[in-house]
Amino acid sequence: MVGLVRTGTKNLRNLAVTVFFLTAPIFFAQANNVEEDSTETFKPGEMIMHHVQDTHEFHLWGELAMPLPVILWTDHGLDVFMSGGFYHGDGTVETSKGSYVMHHEKIYYAGVHGGEHGEAEEVHAAMPLDFSITRNVFSLLMSFALISWLFISIANSYKKRGSKSAPKGAQSFFEPIILFVRDDIVIPNIGEKKYEKYLPYILTLFFFIWINNLIGLVPFFPGGSNLSGNIAFTFTLSLLTYIIVQFSGNKAYWKHIFWMPGVPVPVRFILAPIELLGTVSKAFALMIRLFANITGGHIVVLSLASMVFLFKSYIVGGVVTPFVLFIMVLELLVAAIQAYVFALLTSLFIGMAVADDDHH
Amino acid sequence: MTTIPGIAAGLAVLGAGLGIGRIGGSAMEAIARQPEATSKIQTAMIISAALIEGVAFFGVATALF
Repeated sequence: MVGLVRTGTKNLRNLAVTVFFLTAPIFFAQANNVEEDSTETFKPGEMIMHHVQDTHEFHLWGELAMPLPVILWTDHGLDVFMSGGFYHGDGTVETSKGSYVMHHEKIYYAGVHGGEHGEAEEVHAAMPLDFSITRNVFSLLMSFALISWLFISIANSYKKRGSKSAPKGAQSFFEPIILFVRDDIVIPNIGEKKYEKYLPYILTLFFFIWINNLIGLVPFFPGGSNLSGNIAFTFTLSLLTYIIVQFSGNKAYWKHIFWMPGVPVPVRFILAPIELLGTVSKAFALMIRLFANITGGHIVVLSLASMVFLFKSYIVGGVVTPFVLFIMVLELLVAAIQAYVFALLTSLFIGMAVADDDHH
Repeated sequence: MTTIPGIAAGLAVLGAGLGIGRIGGSAMEAIARQPEATSKIQTAMIISAALIEGVAFFGVATALF
């Protein structure tokens, strides 16, 4: 009896799969017809790149976008205006200090050619220095305010109640995480004696990366900018780590780089440049890892979502939606893991730089 | 041509997948042998996986950009 039921459900499942694969082409075929009819075809590559890159406006929904301030340092001094003009009309913005065009989110002086046609190929003009509040800068300022408010309020509640009494509210959520960073990341890698100097930096790093990763995963307005997947952002963080590691390096650290003990003298000359390059490549790998993980996650989610618009079918939508949900949940995990890995590797590198030279 | 960079990126990912798979498998075996050392093994596992991943990203980045 049980066997019969089992074969019954198996047959049913086989039937469902067969029906799906038989009917799916019909829907795809319909989708193809629709696509030929419509004049404007959907280009997933362009959509994804637009979402992953930095922009001068903040897209809200549909056709609606929030213009952001453009701040330019031009030949005639500072020039500040809103970015709306670049996205509407002929795309040329004229102010009292000059006129500008934008091409692939880069702002140029509108030249003799570019001013009238605004065409991409004709823009060879020089670029003003761009200090605009772009989408990523907006997101950065927002997360800066959020993190400052959150952690200053937590610090104040420790000041008010003392570190011995039971934590309350946000304090009780963040205290285990802060203790985790201290006890499982910083102390095992840097050591009991020297960790206190570096703990604030690594805590800041951990929460800054984590919260910005999470803000990047929010699919609607205040979130959604790919800030922690921006190479300039990750470059700055890894540069800070690099500088801190080099400046906290003790005598043994530099000795192991330039004059490796226990190695024949001719080999030391070969090892020195390799070790010197190794200090840079560690920071470089930190930069690339965070950038590629976060940008890759955004691209995967957007590619899956754009399948719906490519095929224009309910069946594809029904299949893709759970997949997108799965990847989004995975990205929540990746957001925490990347913050953990960045903090862990930073404390590991600092620990290597400050380690006592006991074993020789 | 977009085929050859694609194949190169795929090969880089293949290598990283093999490497991280070996790390994960060995870590599982190690944890099964010594469950009390789980946290230490996990930390070492994540560090080495992150290092391999970094190399894989070099491969993918140079292939695609």
